[in-house]
Amino acid sequence: MIDVQIAVDAVRLALERGATDAECTLADGDEFSARVRMRELETLKEAGSQAAGLRVLMGRRAGSGYTSDLTREGVRQMVESAVELAGIATEDPFAGLPDDNELGSWDGDLKLWSDDVASLEARFKIDEALAAEQAALAADERIVNSEGASFDSWTGGRAFANSRGFAGAYRTSSCSLSVTPVARQDGRMERDYWFSLARSHAGLEPAAEVGRRAAERALRRLGSRKLPTCKVPVIFEPRTARTLVGHIFEAVNGDSVYRSATFLAGRLGERAASEQVTVVDDGTIPGLFGSSPFDDEGVPSRRTVVIERGVLKTWLLNSYAARRLGMKTTGNAARGVAGNASIGHGNFFLEPGDKSEQEIVRGIGRGLYVTELIGSGVNIVTGDYSRGAAGLWIEGGEFAYPVSEITIAGKLPEMLTGITQVGSELEFRGSTASPALVIGEMTVSGR
Amino acid sequence: MALSESLFARKFGITAHDLENWLGEALHSGGDYADLYFEYVENSSISIDESIIKSAVRGVSLGVGVRVVSGERTGYAYSDDLSAEKIRHACRVAAAIASGPAKVDKTGLSEGPKRSVYPLLDGSFTLQDRVALVERADRAARAWDHRVFQVQASFVDNVRHVLIATSDGAMTHDVQPLSRLGVRVLARENGGRPQSGYAGGGGRIPLEAFTGDRSPETWAAEAARQAITQLEAVDAPAGEMTVVLGPGWPGILLHEAVGHGLEADFNRKGVSAFSGRIGQKVASELCTVVDNGTIQNRRGSLNVDDEGVPTQENVLIENGVLRGYLADKLSGRLLNAASTGSGRRENYQNIPMPRMTNTFMLSGESDPADIIRSVPRGLYCANFGGGQVDITSGNFVFAASESYLIEDGRLTRPVRGATLIGNGPEALKYVSMVGNDLRLDEGIGICGKEGQSVPVGVGIPTMKIDRMTVGGTAA
Repeated sequence: MIDVQIAVDAVRLALERGATDAECTLADGDEFSARVRMRELETLKEAGSQAAGLRVLMGRRAGSGYTSDLTREGVRQMVESAVELAGIATEDPFAGLPDDNELGSWDGDLKLWSDDVASLEARFKIDEALAAEQAALAADERIVNSEGASFDSWTGGRAFANSRGFAGAYRTSSCSLSVTPVARQDGRMERDYWFSLARSHAGLEPAAEVGRRAAERALRRLGSRKLPTCKVPVIFEPRTARTLVGHIFEAVNGDSVYRSATFLAGRLGERAASEQVTVVDDGTIPGLFGSSPFDDEGVPSRRTVVIERGVLKTWLLNSYAARRLGMKTTGNAARGVAGNASIGHGNFFLEPGDKSEQEIVRGIGRGLYVTELIGSGVNIVTGDYSRGAAGLWIEGGEFAYPVSEITIAGKLPEMLTGITQVGSELEFRGSTASPALVIGEMTVSGR
Repeated sequence: MALSESLFARKFGITAHDLENWLGEALHSGGDYADLYFEYVENSSISIDESIIKSAVRGVSLGVGVRVVSGERTGYAYSDDLSAEKIRHACRVAAAIASGPAKVDKTGLSEGPKRSVYPLLDGSFTLQDRVALVERADRAARAWDHRVFQVQASFVDNVRHVLIATSDGAMTHDVQPLSRLGVRVLARENGGRPQSGYAGGGGRIPLEAFTGDRSPETWAAEAARQAITQLEAVDAPAGEMTVVLGPGWPGILLHEAVGHGLEADFNRKGVSAFSGRIGQKVASELCTVVDNGTIQNRRGSLNVDDEGVPTQENVLIENGVLRGYLADKLSGRLLNAASTGSGRRENYQNIPMPRMTNTFMLSGESDPADIIRSVPRGLYCANFGGGQVDITSGNFVFAASESYLIEDGRLTRPVRGATLIGNGPEALKYVSMVGNDLRLDEGIGICGKEGQSVPVGVGIPTMKIDRMTVGGTAA
């Protein structure tokens, strides 16, 4: 378990060297990864690492250093480096730490740690990966190959201390199981994947289920066609809807707001999405991946409603962006270990609506159901959205055939106000999540 | 440079004898091959935002990765502590992949000849010099046009020391400098919707080389020009049309359309759309594509790859015919071929895999102006954001960030950002003209694969593709 005292000592040393304020982050962890392919063990990886980062303020000038050497000498060099760098920075009237009364920690068991992860035997983890892959390979004779399956586990800790007296630490554990089968038909191949991720081994989906779903996804892509260019309703399944929720996060990120680098800048209090849309950031849900007792500036995690029935209620802020915008931090500071804090999210999700995915598909009549998005064609400054897509064509309220090598495009401000339906099932596979959703009309480009 | 002159000998007292012992430890349960990869990276990052130097970070990361290969199996462990005890422990953990009698080590390690495709930095470029670069970029972007209202510039540089020792008897060490200056600009007209522009570059160059074509003023002006141009942009078209790619960075098309699909790990597993297609025609005869890690000072270049193998020029496609894959040691051996010097890793915590270095298409014979003149209606793409590929289906995308409509053989209006999509083994068959103006990119490329990022370069001459799907909104 990481020793928060190292951070406390680094902060004290920084003050001795003339810093007016300082904050130190420590992180350590042990990773294990077993990867199998075509029923054979392929890779075993096992190792531990640690790192420290220090940010100092000399008045309103900030400098940072980091190191993986946590000995007294390593920490001393990091302190010297940060102090030297503060010397070349410019006075920034907004540089600082959170106010003393903003510091603290969420009180309650967030269930971020489970003993069962650290106690799993290597052999067992290999067998789980083999079982998941075998379930995919056995699912259908068209599953002819595999990019493999892996079982990964992680146990680690984070600690933080600053010169205002905050010192805290917590441990996290996680494990995951994933499979990527390859299906073939008429000389064309398609791959897809499925995975399960949990804080405890007990929370993982059964290996056979992970493999079966991966195979099902790869199989349903076979025989795909390219669509003619058209404007139609688009259904995002949860896995792709989640990426839209990620774009909403980027658009309410306080760092982008004060630079006017988001299409939502200046829209606080206004309708930014349809009435179906309520978006919440909650860093306090036990057992989830976006949960933590405090953020990376020592401010308690909390629940924040970002968009309520379509109305933009707040930005997500760290203390810097908050001072810059004349607001209060929302406890969303994030960083690796080094440098100024950026802004991150806790569990960031779209609240479920009342229709099952099946009802949604039936109700849509004709349109596109998107199962995969690739590429980086999203501009948060302008809201321009254009990405590569694959999915299923819906005709008469039913899946008709798979489609690929198409793009979907629109403008995020109109896409958000154009969300006509939100599904009823919400599942977390990471720190962002969304039920299925429907956007009334987008441009699909193809033949 | 002898081992004794390397940082690992001077700072950590590592000797050839130590390396041999540790390799022996790694192979104590058998296995076909083992290697040790020591890495020490000094990193510095300075950035200006709202004309304030808000962030200045310096740090060191170091460690050793130990790999043991037994048949198709790989065992891997690493340590960020370079004490003999921790290194031995990592060797034993990695060895758990193998089971059998100890492999007897052979005659010891020897250093091979090595070229030198980048300079040794002397440390004379100070923090203040770095600050001056980003301050100049900030001033130049703001001075370029009154509509520029936000400027962020950053200068990131690092020096990566590596020492690689392998059980096949090779030992090599290298000092790899890398730097990059980037400028991001927002512009708006009368309080309207902002548009953004980005430009930057660098490479494995002396830090004093950020002058002239590489000056902060050059990239600041380019970023500002892009943002201002976008203020006039109309909606991008949707559907299939003729696309002309401008020279340089649009070479990312090759990286996505063919480069990844030719990495030998995917091909030995038979999961790439290019698997088993060597000798087949996968592009028009006008296309010759190479990957070359030996070009002086380029961002993607290396003296030796991260398995200690000298980099080389690899011909991927020659006059439209698929010629070869990019292999690391493991995938090379399993395909009965040699490594092509393409084994790369993000850092000591990661297992190397086949990766690209600098990937580009050779010049053709057409005048770029004639290429544009030949298009009655289409899209000209001057700049790109990122791209991505599904190597199994072969479908790839890249995001055009600066493009123009071509109408009656002339560039007319700028259009908003749009994604282009195609299929790797098919797309280049529609290349009908290749310009005589090959240009490599400015040195900003980062390639991601299975969670590992490495610096790469791309390049292309002006190129016309008769048919490609453009993902705009104007149907």
